[in-house]
Amino acid sequence: MKLAAENLSAGYPGRRRPALDRVTLEVPTGSFTAVLGPNGSGKSTLLRALLGVMAPSAGRATVDGTDARAWNRRELARLVGVVSQNEATAFPVTARELVAMGRYPHQGPLRAERPHDRRVIQRALKRCDVTELAARRVTTLSGGELQRVRIARALAQEPRVLALDEPTASLDISHKMTIVGLLRRWADRGMTVLLITHQLNLAARFADRVVLLHRGRVAAQGPPRKVLREEVMESVYRWPLHVDCDPVVGAPRVVPLDPPPGRPG
Amino acid sequence: MSPAGGRQWTAVLLLGVAVVASVLTAVRFGSVPLSSAQVLGALSGTGDPIHREIVVQLRLPRALLAVVVGGGLALAGATLQALLRNPLAEPYILGISGGAAAAAVLTLGLGLVAAGSWVLPAAAFVGALVAIALVFGVATAVDHSLDVRVLLLAGVVVGTFFTGVIALVLALSDAPAVRGAMLWMMGSLGGAQWRTVLVGATYTLPAGLVLIALARSLDLMAIGEETASFLGTDVERVKRTALGVASLVTAAGVGMAGVIGFVGLIVPHAVRLSVGSAHRKLLPLSFLAGAVFLVLADLIARVALAPTEIPIGVVTAFVGVPLFLLLLRRSHQ
Repeated sequence: MKLAAENLSAGYPGRRRPALDRVTLEVPTGSFTAVLGPNGSGKSTLLRALLGVMAPSAGRATVDGTDARAWNRRELARLVGVVSQNEATAFPVTARELVAMGRYPHQGPLRAERPHDRRVIQRALKRCDVTELAARRVTTLSGGELQRVRIARALAQEPRVLALDEPTASLDISHKMTIVGLLRRWADRGMTVLLITHQLNLAARFADRVVLLHRGRVAAQGPPRKVLREEVMESVYRWPLHVDCDPVVGAPRVVPLDPPPGRPG
Repeated sequence: MSPAGGRQWTAVLLLGVAVVASVLTAVRFGSVPLSSAQVLGALSGTGDPIHREIVVQLRLPRALLAVVVGGGLALAGATLQALLRNPLAEPYILGISGGAAAAAVLTLGLGLVAAGSWVLPAAAFVGALVAIALVFGVATAVDHSLDVRVLLLAGVVVGTFFTGVIALVLALSDAPAVRGAMLWMMGSLGGAQWRTVLVGATYTLPAGLVLIALARSLDLMAIGEETASFLGTDVERVKRTALGVASLVTAAGVGMAGVIGFVGLIVPHAVRLSVGSAHRKLLPLSFLAGAVFLVLADLIARVALAPTEIPIGVVTAFVGVPLFLLLLRRSHQ
């Protein structure tokens, strides 16, 4: 299942500049696509507009060829799992209850949990290494533990597309590598993966395609080698950078340099 | 059936029995104490006709009104806490009590209550509806998607306006009217009749079914509207339906029994501490627990300082707060 945007624009009331400005892109079926860009470049807005929770001001987004806004939300939730950035934990649900919510789009309002639901939940907990946390209340989890539980919830949806907004931001090296490695493996098996991240080198190493956003527009898109070029990255991030090929992993490597004299920082 | 599901049904069953037991207990006590045998006789129509009159016409409708109002307030409180993602939310948070109280105080101050016993509850109900309409109107005018933060602010603002109305009417009223108004505002189930029970049940029971059908959506709304949407919820529809239903239940409760505090705030939290936050368990158990709590609170209100009846709001505060603190301490140990 692929995601696509044609001349997609979207904005928030009270702001003059649109958060997304005529974005055209494609997230091909079974690809691992990373979305990069500075703070405020429109990455999270792109996720909302691509999946139809936010109405575009112009253009359109499609999921599997159908307009994202035309999808029945429950049907869409059976195909697309999302780990977004903002989520409240006002009330103490357990980690298992939070993961079980990934089954809700399959269950409807009244149907009880079936053996298949329980198997899917167990498997999702195991894959994200949170089985031991199942009975814990989410209010007692660390940031990294909670993040893995939320990824497990998205997996419990049994999605064909997985979209994640900064999922690795609060994870340590081993959990970060585990999660991104899993995303890579799932993409190889045909799942469409969309990863929004600030971790340039991780994206360069694991993603098939990179979309670089700048002030709501696509500054560049394509394979990491084509997009992560020094002059493009420097102009988008407004910071001196050095880009070379990492000799160990064989992928582009971005190294931020010291600022030139006279620049703040 | 999973173990968790089994526990849930056990809890529903136990609390259901507790509701019946508390009603039968409440029916026994009062100015004329009755034995269980006398109550059963009265209920089956074989006992003393005076006992029959006391049980069937006075105490039973009152206890059943406590079931409806207590259950309804707890249900509304649990729902609003989830929708507003705010553990401090309670049924009156959106200005409903202010509107109802202002209308009630006006009818008392203007002496309109003389027209019949139905005037005060009807006025309070209408006042509550006016407050709801104002709050939703203000919130929608500011933000079309009914942002819950805007809704909360609108509730506070509308509530404050009605507090001003109440203060003005009280300042212009004579002492007996002021006393009557104060007592009404602290809540009482003294106006219970079979008719009120019927009206209350007509509002509360279908509302309960609607909210329980929305239980999974409420689980999702409690962790955020965007996440709820990504997990397949029609956020705007759920928000409007659940807020509307919870508000109607609260308005009906305020109309029949005045403003009874603490039930809608504390009962859902107490239930959460015991069985967790999943609304499929939380909503039905909150209804039952709220019912038991208010039946017993009303019993205490009637008999503690008999023949004087204390406002039920006093009892819910005096009994509810220590009980809740005890639960809170136990859950953190």
